[in-house]
Amino acid sequence: MATDRPPGRPSADGRPGLAVADRDVADRDEERTRAVGAGLDALDTVTLPPGPGLVRKFVRSVLPPIVFLGFLVAVWQVAYLAEVKPPYALPSPADVAGRFWETVQSGQALEAIWTSLSRGAAGFAMSLVLGTLLGLAMWWSTWLRAAIGPIVSGLQSLPSVAWVPAAIIWFSLSNAAIYTVVLLGAVPSIANGLLSGMKQVPPLFDRVGRVLGLSALGRTRYVLLPAALPGYLGGLRQGWAFAWRSLMAAELITYSPQLGQGLGQLLNLGRELSQMSLVITSIALILAVGVAIELLLFAPLERRVLSRRGLTMR
Amino acid sequence: MSAGPMTTEVAIQQRDVRLVRSRQPAAVSIEGVSHIFERGRPPVLDGVDLTVAPGEFVCLVGPSGCGKSTLLNLIAGLTEPTSGRVTVSSARPALMFQEPALLPWLTASGNVELALRARGVGRAQRRTEAERLLAVVNLEGHGGKRVHELSGGMRQRVALARALAQDSSVLLMDEPFAALDAITRDVLHQELARVWAEQGLSVVFVTHNVREAARLGQRVVLMGSRPGRIVREWQVDIPQPRTIESPGVSSLATEITRELHVEISRHGH
Repeated sequence: MATDRPPGRPSADGRPGLAVADRDVADRDEERTRAVGAGLDALDTVTLPPGPGLVRKFVRSVLPPIVFLGFLVAVWQVAYLAEVKPPYALPSPADVAGRFWETVQSGQALEAIWTSLSRGAAGFAMSLVLGTLLGLAMWWSTWLRAAIGPIVSGLQSLPSVAWVPAAIIWFSLSNAAIYTVVLLGAVPSIANGLLSGMKQVPPLFDRVGRVLGLSALGRTRYVLLPAALPGYLGGLRQGWAFAWRSLMAAELITYSPQLGQGLGQLLNLGRELSQMSLVITSIALILAVGVAIELLLFAPLERRVLSRRGLTMR
Repeated sequence: MSAGPMTTEVAIQQRDVRLVRSRQPAAVSIEGVSHIFERGRPPVLDGVDLTVAPGEFVCLVGPSGCGKSTLLNLIAGLTEPTSGRVTVSSARPALMFQEPALLPWLTASGNVELALRARGVGRAQRRTEAERLLAVVNLEGHGGKRVHELSGGMRQRVALARALAQDSSVLLMDEPFAALDAITRDVLHQELARVWAEQGLSVVFVTHNVREAARLGQRVVLMGSRPGRIVREWQVDIPQPRTIESPGVSSLATEITRELHVEISRHGH
């Protein structure tokens, strides 16, 4: 307590010329304000309620899609029994499940997933580097932004399957042709995501960087890029989706023994053999890979970035 | 609050301190500064002269558009004046905004550490120094919190700690408490007065709030609008510790407000 202190305590807080009586008043005031301040801090601090338990999480987010999937299969079964289409065009769920299991057991599924996923990962990695560089270049040079901005945005709405014929003519049926299509699909999304992320950074943050005395490079590294991260992540997510779609389109069309058998080629095989169960199996595998990447990679990444910044509700 | 001779004595001692300080080079010196944003438009600032002594606390008040914030930006070196000279004793004055302007992807401590990094402080030292600075603003133990987990007052205190981390002898403040509620503001006034006295800072504090100026400043400078210029200034010899309710503070605030009203009324016709 302030009053317990010996009178005439040497001035430690640098306030010149305060008499002892004044000092006591000051100390008491200080003490009181400190108590009020501590109370305010305690009252104002945001405390989030504890998150839902595992069971509730399961009931809330895992169960609904499973139930819906079950419903779809039931409708399908009914349609099959009603023979809406002849059985070769609409096989029963059991038939498809059997084919699916066969494909998985023979290793054909794993091989196709591996071929496509490694190709997709390589193409996405290349797109990541090129798209990021392109986005940065468009940020630094307003001229470049004005010159190629509209084209980059336009490319985003052009289905990249449109490039397949051109790519085949340039590179014949090769991996180069496939990567060309993947890059043309993913690079614009990534570049645009980064650019719009950086455009949305509040100018105040840049002023903070200047006031703190960071160099232009330091401001980019410690302020601009981290501030743009949510937009960039959105761009990456869309970039991956475009890369995966482009890859499937390219694999579906460029069918050659040297290219191995990816998921797209497996799908094409099903069409050529008129095996509807293989076609559905391939589609299911393509979908599963897409969902898995989204759920295992992008969704947690985004959730982490956003919740760190207090930008998301639970 | 003690009255009579004690107050006078304190006031004289404070003035003596100021006189001693004024023999050193000024913390901020503004000579004949005019500033024009756009060619052909009337100047934002016109022939402003202002000197801030080392360790002095100066408050700038004035109606909107008087160029208070522009003046602050000129002192901070974020803008160059169209004409005139701005000299600051510290290479890079610290600046606090109305918004805490904390970077939301960093913790409280991380924000302070960024200022230390900009100064070239080594990694190991940054940690301990940030901890020390957060303790200065009464936030010990909160360093690991994210910005969104802090209250408005706590954010502004982190911003103050970050400004202190710049290790500048000059601190510029642009309406830093305007967005806070009255009680939080009272607490922060006291915190700022304490930190100012402890650290021996020279402070230029821009505010709309005349009472706040009278509460905090050793000198209050009233600016007028169109063009922005200095109209009048008051030495505030009310001894510290003051509160917003101190009788001296409210009578001075009344006087400044009257003058401010005269200045604003000039533009009405």
